[in-house]
Amino acid sequence: MNNSMIIGQYVPGHSLIHRLDPRTKILIIFFFVITVFFANSVWSYAILTAFAIGTALATRVPLSFVAKGLKPVWFLIIFTFLLHLFVSRQGDILFTVLGFPFYEESLIQGATLSLRFFLLILFTSLLTLTTSPIEITDAIESLLHPLKRIKFPVHELALMMSISLRFIPTLMQEAEKISKAQASRGVDFRTGSIKDRMSAIIPLLIPLFVSAFKRAEELAMAMEARGYQGGEGRTKIRELVFYKKDYSAFLFFLLVIAATIGTRM
Amino acid sequence: MELTFKDVNYIYSPGTPFEYRALENFSMHVPSGSFAAVIGHTGSGKSTLIQHINGLLQPTEGTVQVGGFVIEAGKKNKHLRDLREKTGIVFQYPEHQLFEETVEKDIAFGPKNFGVEEAEIEQRVADALEAVQLSEEMKDKSPFDLSGGQMRRVAIAGVLAMKPEVLVLDEPTAGLDPRGQKEMMEMFYRLHEQEGLTTVLVTHSMEDALTYADSVVIMNEGKKFMEGEPLEVFKQKEQLRDVQLDVPEVLAFLEKVENRLGVAIDYRKQSLAELAKDLTSELGRGDGHE
Repeated sequence: MNNSMIIGQYVPGHSLIHRLDPRTKILIIFFFVITVFFANSVWSYAILTAFAIGTALATRVPLSFVAKGLKPVWFLIIFTFLLHLFVSRQGDILFTVLGFPFYEESLIQGATLSLRFFLLILFTSLLTLTTSPIEITDAIESLLHPLKRIKFPVHELALMMSISLRFIPTLMQEAEKISKAQASRGVDFRTGSIKDRMSAIIPLLIPLFVSAFKRAEELAMAMEARGYQGGEGRTKIRELVFYKKDYSAFLFFLLVIAATIGTRM
Repeated sequence: MELTFKDVNYIYSPGTPFEYRALENFSMHVPSGSFAAVIGHTGSGKSTLIQHINGLLQPTEGTVQVGGFVIEAGKKNKHLRDLREKTGIVFQYPEHQLFEETVEKDIAFGPKNFGVEEAEIEQRVADALEAVQLSEEMKDKSPFDLSGGQMRRVAIAGVLAMKPEVLVLDEPTAGLDPRGQKEMMEMFYRLHEQEGLTTVLVTHSMEDALTYADSVVIMNEGKKFMEGEPLEVFKQKEQLRDVQLDVPEVLAFLEKVENRLGVAIDYRKQSLAELAKDLTSELGRGDGHE
């Protein structure tokens, strides 16, 4: 059995970025996304791009992995660029190829929009690359904590998230096991008409549901047996603490924002 | 049907950081109608091995031959369906694969998939129920209303109803109480004899391998570590210890007795109780001579 299955695209590591508090990372990303929309000059874009790429390098995640995460959006980035280039007609004609005019303004707009896209996606993907799903859940719980005042079930939500994350690999293994058992009994998942293939799913889904319900029941029982009563007064095994490196990261990021705003036109 | 593995290599997720070689130059031969046991620790490649027998996995290198079916690395195999009909695999915790509304329908699921006729299926369901020692009345119950042991028997019946010629058992007694384990193994052995099946048993139990198997293969880290007749293999204590396996209790006991009392007792697959009887008669005879 291959047990090294990963959820999402988390790549374990010990870089500075890996060791930052997940809340730090989420907050910085949140404000980075906003800042990107403020940039409007060559310099401001250059600063943000340098910051994003610098951070990506600092994660020490192999660049091939980073690129793999971006794969599904390359199309969108390039499409946005081309759409602007061919459809919108603003500014002066820059040059003409085979009788088709290229406008200066459209070129610039296409380029900046694509760059924004690229920056947003690159930077947000760094979160999932360097932070385990459990850490993200913890951070979300902690960041949403103030919402408790308005009776928003923050703890329950976080618990549900971590339980579902925990059981994704388990269920996938289970599904693989059952599909193999049914394939051995002559089920063909790969060929046949759509109708045949739909009905081939039933012998897979029913046992999967049965075991998921059984697992849920056992888990609930085990939690109760160990005195679980919900979030009230519950302490944590992984306490989130801001360290010096987190403050330094915030400070550095503030400088980046200031520089971006300062170089706006 | 005989079963042959020839220089089989299997690699999971080749060309990725998660590449993992589960089988390495593995060869094995199980003659038609014989009973082979495969022993090894978790991660030694046993599960990968058995999935090659009916083509769930296809070798990265090498060939697997089951009767007239040949599965070769890198080739398309069109006869997987026929092969799967002839090889029944009882996976670990087979009760997890039950899904139909009634026991009868679940047992009939395999044969139906392979296009067996209705009348024949009915007969097979009855035979399979009998083979796993469940009563005829069971067949209209929901499999989910049964006890764990009964569910497992229904699932096994579902495999037997395909009338396989090769039966592969992946730790079929896991999670049963000692008595249930013994009954289950005796049931499989009876089927093996009656139907002339070629049986491959994957197990942790050295005792079961010693009692039922004609040949034993010991696996370690994807490679064949030892092979031979159970008694011969299990005599090699030191080698077994190298892969953290113990000599079967009976043999360990026998050796101690022989060393302590200086008697020689022939081992013919006796149980511990039978062995004790042999021992008393042997000792009694010794007394008589003195």
